[in-house]
Amino acid sequence: MSEHTTYNYKVVRQFAVMTIVWGIVGMSVGVLIAAQLAWPVLNFDIPWLTFGRLRPLHTNAVIFAFGGSALFATSYYVVQRTCHVRLISDKLAAFTFWGWQLVIVLAAITLPLGITSSKEYAELEWPIDILITLVWVAYAFVFFGTIVKRKIPHVYVANWFYGAFIITVALLHIFNSAALPVGLLKSYSAYAGVQDAMVQWWYGHNAVGFFLTAGFLGMMYYFVPKQANRPVYSYRLSIVHFWALIFVYIWAGPHHLHYTALPDWAQSLGMVMSLILLAPSWGGMINGIMTLSGAWEKLRTDPVLRFLIVSISFYGMSTFEGPMMAIKTVNSLSHYTDWTIGHVHSGALGWVALISMGSMYYLIPRLYGRELYSLRLVETHFWIATIGIVLYIASMWVSGIMQGLMWRAVNTDGTLTYSFVESVQAMHPFYIVRWLGGTLFLVGALIMAYNLWKTVAGARAVEAPIPLPAAAH
Amino acid sequence: MDYNLVHSIWTVLVLIAFIVIVSWAWSGKRKQSFDEAARTPLDDDDSVVSQQEGKRHG
Repeated sequence: MSEHTTYNYKVVRQFAVMTIVWGIVGMSVGVLIAAQLAWPVLNFDIPWLTFGRLRPLHTNAVIFAFGGSALFATSYYVVQRTCHVRLISDKLAAFTFWGWQLVIVLAAITLPLGITSSKEYAELEWPIDILITLVWVAYAFVFFGTIVKRKIPHVYVANWFYGAFIITVALLHIFNSAALPVGLLKSYSAYAGVQDAMVQWWYGHNAVGFFLTAGFLGMMYYFVPKQANRPVYSYRLSIVHFWALIFVYIWAGPHHLHYTALPDWAQSLGMVMSLILLAPSWGGMINGIMTLSGAWEKLRTDPVLRFLIVSISFYGMSTFEGPMMAIKTVNSLSHYTDWTIGHVHSGALGWVALISMGSMYYLIPRLYGRELYSLRLVETHFWIATIGIVLYIASMWVSGIMQGLMWRAVNTDGTLTYSFVESVQAMHPFYIVRWLGGTLFLVGALIMAYNLWKTVAGARAVEAPIPLPAAAH
Repeated sequence: MDYNLVHSIWTVLVLIAFIVIVSWAWSGKRKQSFDEAARTPLDDDDSVVSQQEGKRHG
């Protein structure tokens, strides 16, 4: 094997650019379907423009296209920079990029056409599932192969989180997507009835736990210390909360199935595990935020750092709200209401998107050897995005709790106080506020795209040299 | 063996694992190596300027 003298920045650049592109696409679809809920006429009576077809497109685009590209980009960057070696294979890395883009394009075609396995967050049909598996195996090989040939003896904590994310997502995807094909575009799940529901939410919640949490914690453990120029608050805490998170998350799925045909003991287990999960989640939050202890004044002057730290605050908020909503009695009010949507978006916009954006503001200038075009625009983006998130989650809290209360209200003679359509009517103003919040968040993303475009326009791609072993003592 | 016994044993094992991990992480002799590990990303200079000195391609 020949010794390389530079890092593979090409694949990092490709994924970083597509993070921005897919972020805008996915968020735009989200804004459209939010508008459709407020003004149903926007369906235009075209089947592939209806909410049912576009909602999975939105979730797949923001989670797997935007979030996924951000995870690929940052994990490839972090593993190289903390191991002081080039990725083990440029060809396989390129395969993960083009393969992942193909998956996204196929999703964007099949979902609006109504081709779906109807498993939430795993809607793609079996041929695409097989392509995902191939890309993921290549990803695992590139990532772990790079760690194996590292020049730094210690494997830095960010890499453990990325590694756990890669292994667990492979496991989840293979088990949940097991299906019997009956044609090129149609298959039936290998599981039936309540087992199918259990496997689905074992997958579904761990997609949150490992795709949207562990992977992004990897991002946190690299980019927060770098941007703050301070080491992680407690390396010991990172070890303990890593293992606790890995052990506990995997059991929390049943809280999606409270008061269903799932056996009662499994529901209670899911509830208890979800409550325990608060501890390792907050371990990560404390570790991230306290990294700034003694340097809080940096938040005043550094808008990129503000993105990163505020995202950790949203992580803390939503990982407190989540266990609370997993309590059965709370869940009986919150389940099937907009409260759930608000909770998801406090995590998705507040945590996942903000930390990805902060990381892109850090990463992209370094990939092109240019300083950020405008810190003032980063600041503008920060405030527009934050106001958008607050409008989104606050409107969904009010709407969701109101829905839950209206649905359970009964008259003295035992009849329901409200018809369903009355609750729909009551939600209307909140749907408009939610659409406004989402629109603001999208506007922020467009400002980011403009700012980054101005940063890299005309710049040449950087080939960063790998430090000599002596320099790494 | 009934389920309750299995569950009890499992709970105790997980508790022991947790205590072992915590005491391993907090043992005094590992403090220095953890402090060094925590500096891994900071000891690596990836500033925009340092990368400009590298080789470029068009």
